[in-house]
Amino acid sequence: MKTIKIILGLTLIAGLLFNCSADDTPKGEGIYNNPNLSGIYVQEDQMGRPAVNTVFVSSDSKDMFNVTVPSDQNAAFQSMFQANLEALSPAYANNGDTNALGLDAATFTSVLATDVLNVSLDGTTTFYDGTNVLTGRALADDVITVELLLIFGGEDFTENPGLSNDNVDANDKPFLTSFPYLASPW
Amino acid sequence: MKNFKKILGVGILAVASLIVIAADHIDAPVVQGGTSDITDFYAFQGENTNNLVFVANLQGLLSPTATASAAFDEDVMIEFNIDNTGDNIEDLVIQAVPRNGKMYIIGPVAPSQTGINSTITAETSKDVLGVKITSYGMDAMVETKNGISAFAGPRDDPFFMDFAQYSAIIGGTATSFNNPGSDTFAGTNVMSVVVEVPKAMIGGSGTINTWVESKRKQ
Repeated sequence: MKTIKIILGLTLIAGLLFNCSADDTPKGEGIYNNPNLSGIYVQEDQMGRPAVNTVFVSSDSKDMFNVTVPSDQNAAFQSMFQANLEALSPAYANNGDTNALGLDAATFTSVLATDVLNVSLDGTTTFYDGTNVLTGRALADDVITVELLLIFGGEDFTENPGLSNDNVDANDKPFLTSFPYLASPW
Repeated sequence: MKNFKKILGVGILAVASLIVIAADHIDAPVVQGGTSDITDFYAFQGENTNNLVFVANLQGLLSPTATASAAFDEDVMIEFNIDNTGDNIEDLVIQAVPRNGKMYIIGPVAPSQTGINSTITAETSKDVLGVKITSYGMDAMVETKNGISAFAGPRDDPFFMDFAQYSAIIGGTATSFNNPGSDTFAGTNVMSVVVEVPKAMIGGSGTINTWVESKRKQ
């Protein structure tokens, strides 16, 4: 298996270095100066949903969380997430207490601990827009208030109003309707 | 206004060096404040609704002055991971590697291996889309090839939050948010990579699980 990887690697390097066909060769590039991007790249940071590592992972585990593949995160971190959630929002420690999605502490943190963003390919993509839940993350989504509501807002978003909304509801610059969508820098 | 922004930028940097920042800005000791620090990740339907857009932001809280000299690290690959079979293991990746003023975009393509280590997955350079990295102060440069569009360069940080007040609450010096709140990220920039791909290339329909990684060349 290792040999296969090495052979494959060499083929890929050769491809990047030498297989540039004439019609898609940008000016200043070509078979002699096409960049060699080969190598082994090792993970340092990762992110799925906003603020998950920041809020739910204990300080001494943040680096480990960033290099744990998502398929292993639930087993490794769900109990830590639940403990931290119950410390942050003590109502969750009460038996049967849920958030507005109907999720209790164990269920909510089992969703969050696998830090991937669920994205629909069939229509509206939003973190939460009042109707659609976790179908993507759009630039204008007020994800922090959504997360605060799910952490502090209780069963119907009415609990702890002072903690459930940071009252910053939009970006400081308008987004673009067309690619690349993000506003130009300050 | 410009001076105010500069002062604000300096203040924010001072605060940021002391505390941990959301959404994923400066989230962990190894990457904190470095060139591999992912600040945010977005995935949404494009203006052309047949397309999906992936956004990775790195190196948060850049003041305008800091932005002018900010650069992508040529040793850091940004990798969008796509699971379209529901097991939270990537079936496809989109890799972005900067070199000599360009960002090279590879994929979406099945990775040669899943997990923590990555190698370049292009089989031929025909799969590689090179886009010039937009310099600070210049209009956005966009390259499109095979239905895939790409941008790389500084942008306004699209994240917004009263992080200072959140920190005060967590730190026990405040008991609630202010109304109105104050956007801690106002007037700051990030280094962005934006890639828009036809949905047909990543599964076509249904739900994908996706996440972004930064990986350093060894």
